[in-house]
Amino acid sequence: MSKMHIQMVVNGESREVLAEPRELLIHTLREQMGLTGPHIGCETSHCGACTVDMNGKSVKACTIFAAQANGAEITTIEGIGAPDDLHVLQQSFREHHGLQCGFCTPGMITRAHRLLQDNPNPTEEDIRFGMAGNLCRCTGYQNIVKSIQAAAAEITSAKEAAE
Amino acid sequence: MIPASFEYHRPESMAAALAVLHEHGDEARVIAGGHSLIPMMKLRMADLSHLIDLQAIKDLRGITVSGRTVSIGAMTTQAEILSSKLLKDAAPILHEAAAQIADPQVRNMGTIGGNIANGDPGNDMPGLMQCLDATFTLVGLEGERFVAAREFYEAAYMTAREDEEILTRISFKAPQGGHAYVKQKRKIGDYATAAAAVLVTKAGGHVTSADIAMTNLSDVPVYSRAASEQLVGSACDDTAVQAAVAAMLDDIDPNEDNRGPVAFKRHVAGIVLGRAIERAWSRA
Repeated sequence: MSKMHIQMVVNGESREVLAEPRELLIHTLREQMGLTGPHIGCETSHCGACTVDMNGKSVKACTIFAAQANGAEITTIEGIGAPDDLHVLQQSFREHHGLQCGFCTPGMITRAHRLLQDNPNPTEEDIRFGMAGNLCRCTGYQNIVKSIQAAAAEITSAKEAAE
Repeated sequence: MIPASFEYHRPESMAAALAVLHEHGDEARVIAGGHSLIPMMKLRMADLSHLIDLQAIKDLRGITVSGRTVSIGAMTTQAEILSSKLLKDAAPILHEAAAQIADPQVRNMGTIGGNIANGDPGNDMPGLMQCLDATFTLVGLEGERFVAAREFYEAAYMTAREDEEILTRISFKAPQGGHAYVKQKRKIGDYATAAAAVLVTKAGGHVTSADIAMTNLSDVPVYSRAASEQLVGSACDDTAVQAAVAAMLDDIDPNEDNRGPVAFKRHVAGIVLGRAIERAWSRA
């Protein structure tokens, strides 16, 4: 089957690749673009480790063909923060022990990042409902919720200080 | 898990989509959000050589309420249903059900049309559409036709939609009175072990009309007229609710699977229906 030209804006940069229509977005990101932040966990759209932002919405990149994402704007964890310039959420997960093994963390933070843009002051219930598509086998979620609450408070107070 | 090869199409009009569908016949499938189809393709249980992506067809989106008629484009996502103020006011049962489907990421992709047309007994919208007495618009090369939700489902994954037709729109009269969609599931993202959709209206302390439908308890969604009839005229007391539950249990035919044996599913069906009636009545 012939390959398609696929163009996407990924983390603010225009990228073009050749891919078979059956190639999944997660493979395009990881293997063709070298963005290995989004992980392959369950491959069945349950665990959320592959979560990326597509056109302003959180999606699971293991259950989207790259062809469907042709023309889309994508943000991965690499577009949210860098090791020497952590995003508030990344810093907060670190401070509040929001991870143990770290496998689910890129998906968790990418999802939480969108959640806080949609709802800057979420209640604990909002966070649990909004993060329900991301599984963690280590933390029991308590510290993930705490990390997101702390990041939300920090982002809000930084905004208020700037006003 | 890599699906078999296929050719990808992204038509920008219904005419173009229907032309591709007609050209390739049963080798082609349309894809909406893909969160039922792609997993089946990965398992190589769905076999197709042409995939027709409906995302660029603008006519398939949007929610309108005109008078009491609610109309929803087939490509409207579950997330769009959840965030629609219009729908929350006109048909809050849809909002309550959508919030219990899958998880946020899946709801951003999954559409009402896909959920309805796929014909999977596990999907929630088919049961809900029985309850709402919705009408589906199917469009083919020869024009459009309307099929009642209660006539649409024939067997698991078998519906009244012909291979060369596309579901474009769902419409129904905004329900009056109280509503509830109660779903028991093992975990977020799982299909229902059992779910119940209930609409009731009330006058002078009595039930004036009732609609009851059940999800994932047969090969097709179950609209239980007998259960509804047990409630009408009653004060919705325990006796009437138990009679409705008993009537519903005669209409369902669950299979044993990894969600439990038949006896357990029948037990859960009774519990969720009892709760749904109670909640709907309290809102009527």
